[in-house]
Amino acid sequence: MDRHVHDRRRFLTLAGSLAAATATAPLLSACGTGFGGNDADKDGGSAADDVTGSFGWKREKGKTVKALLNKHPYTDALIADLKSFTEKTGIEVQYDVFPEDNYFDKLTVDLSSGRASYDVFMLGAYMVWQYGPPGWLEDLGPWMRNSAATGAEWDQADFFPNLLRADQWSLKAGAPLGQGGQYALPWGWETNVVAYNTEVFRKLGLKPADSFDELRELAGAIKKRAPGAGYDGMYGIAVRGSRSWATIHPGFMTMYARNGLRDFTVTDGKLTPAMNTPEAVAFTEDWAQMVKQGGPPSWTSYSWYQCSSDLGAKKAGMLFDADTAAYFQAVKGASPASGKIAFHPGPKGPDGSLATNMWIWSLGMNARSRRKSASWLFLQWATGKEHLRRAALTGDHIDPVRRSISQDAAYKDKMGHLPGFIETFETVVDQTKIQFTPQAQFFDATTSWAAALQEIYGGAGARSVLDKLADGLKSRVG
Amino acid sequence: MSRRTALRPYLLVVPALLLTCGILYPFGLGLYYTLFDFSASKPRPDMVGLHNYATVFTEDAFWNSAWVTVLYAVGAAGVETVLGVSVALLLHRSSLLGRVLEKILILPLMIAPVIAAIMWKLMLQPSVGVVNHLLKPFGLGGVQWTDTPTGALLSSIAVDVWVYTPFVAILALAGLRSLPASPFEAAAVDGAGRWYTFRRLTLPMLWPYVLVAVIFRFMDSLKVFDIIYALTEGGPGDSTVVLQIRAYLEAIRFQRYSFGISYTIVLWAVVYLAAMVLVRYLGRIQRKAAEAR
Repeated sequence: MDRHVHDRRRFLTLAGSLAAATATAPLLSACGTGFGGNDADKDGGSAADDVTGSFGWKREKGKTVKALLNKHPYTDALIADLKSFTEKTGIEVQYDVFPEDNYFDKLTVDLSSGRASYDVFMLGAYMVWQYGPPGWLEDLGPWMRNSAATGAEWDQADFFPNLLRADQWSLKAGAPLGQGGQYALPWGWETNVVAYNTEVFRKLGLKPADSFDELRELAGAIKKRAPGAGYDGMYGIAVRGSRSWATIHPGFMTMYARNGLRDFTVTDGKLTPAMNTPEAVAFTEDWAQMVKQGGPPSWTSYSWYQCSSDLGAKKAGMLFDADTAAYFQAVKGASPASGKIAFHPGPKGPDGSLATNMWIWSLGMNARSRRKSASWLFLQWATGKEHLRRAALTGDHIDPVRRSISQDAAYKDKMGHLPGFIETFETVVDQTKIQFTPQAQFFDATTSWAAALQEIYGGAGARSVLDKLADGLKSRVG
Repeated sequence: MSRRTALRPYLLVVPALLLTCGILYPFGLGLYYTLFDFSASKPRPDMVGLHNYATVFTEDAFWNSAWVTVLYAVGAAGVETVLGVSVALLLHRSSLLGRVLEKILILPLMIAPVIAAIMWKLMLQPSVGVVNHLLKPFGLGGVQWTDTPTGALLSSIAVDVWVYTPFVAILALAGLRSLPASPFEAAAVDGAGRWYTFRRLTLPMLWPYVLVAVIFRFMDSLKVFDIIYALTEGGPGDSTVVLQIRAYLEAIRFQRYSFGISYTIVLWAVVYLAAMVLVRYLGRIQRKAAEAR
């Protein structure tokens, strides 16, 4: 009997140890491939220098490029057109598509492992700040400057300059964008504006807000009055609120920047958190108040998806987020609110500023890729006029990164039926840029910022919460 | 003894050996990495000794996470034990309804916890969720389940309870069915009441089985990730950031590898110690139960 008990104890002890060890195993093994420093390009040269002679699309015929893509309508348009790339170059493209919730974790783990599983991938400008310093991204500048590698029709000058600059960085924390290497190419983007339900606005006699104070009042008024006008359960304004970096960058950062506020101040290359200046505290309080009075119930779990679908389901009177989030609800037959959604640049800052934060879907190349020349041809094609025009006209690749496409009559004709879309796009396009200070700890800073915003929304004092945030970030960022 | 027979024990142990190496190698490597300042911004790190652990233990964020983790584990394991044993006692009475319920009971266990959490996230949604819809007739239709720190923690525990109570119930039911009949027959002859029989006979004899369930559930709850991350992402504020979520954010999201692994090593130590204490206690209980028989 005693022996039986002893055996079971030993078994359970072992089981306990194994369970505990297994708890740590996934994270450990994720990082378990050596210190992962990038040995590529150690000599400072670029593989682009190896490409000589005259430019030709067939140069890498027979090669295969592997792409990691995020599930997105822009991606759908790209995949639908891949055949024309293969016909043009003789290069096959193999791709994996992951949903956004997992996409960046997959990409981060893959790049940090030091493998070259994927030659090209989608990324945002913020990811350049994270992936650039460890040397995981190929500097595309030498490729762009090499006429043997880049066709004349690619026309770099056709890109909106602020979009091209968004992916250029010197890899130094706090240094402005637009200098240093070109670590990705603009491919598709999103500007943050206000979209609203025209039917509700007409019934309630409202007009879009021109100032932040008006926006807050408007949000509260819709929440109060819309249910009485036949919109059961409708609230004023949909904005993101989940505990994620993604909560900070659309509407919040846009309005923050329009108020002349900064996330960090930079002195002699040293970053100091500025989320707790008196003006920033007042703005953050006002934002939380707006959400309380006119925002969605269960705001702390709101991602872009809930915001977008609430506008489409007539649950939200307005949306302050990416124009694409509203576009996909506005197109004919997409949602109960389609045909009733209009676009507006949103409130101006006190000095009339329409500074807008952007999300930019870019395409980058793995610095460890063994097929760089073929990958560059793919990037060149994917960001070229021919594909992007087709994607904009036949797919849902709206918000062109190229001026020529935004001015194209066929594009304007396609987007023209959406009230205010073209006008809003043209109003904010030149003032839309990355409003954050570039630095490698961006995700830590903005996730903590979102958590602070949630605390303030929950009733905690804005001053103390933001002081604590700034204090915590001081040692981690810089 | 032929050579084949002599080799057999060693061959049989090879899979276990490989499995052990598969666990110990990343564990050892992780432990080694915690001695460096390895991060994406410092791919050629310096040796920093125990600095990462010192930083972990001096951070408010760690103590907040440790507190939330303990609250979650104690809350979830506690409620699951009480409910699981209660359900097992109800099902132990052989009836048609009991047999049907027994089959239904295991359904939550067949759903991946992350799917269960997403499902509950939708059901707890204040305006369109079914939970508030059902509560509306009772004047409770506007509850914002995950918008407050307490609500978010309780909601997460509730989802854990929904998923894992059947596990405890099944173990307790198996225990109940293995108990000897004679002590209960003797108690019945002596005219012992139901409560007295439960307190003096059923519970002491069942306790080793219950404790096995508690050990597994407690250890599992200490390292919870999926349910909380899918339901609240650790919010609002830092109110549901358990140690495993903190470790994930540090190691994967923020790419401070050494620091993130230090969190997992601390979590491992906590789980190991808790398991050791509970297993020792289980041994004592089993001896007592054996003597009682």
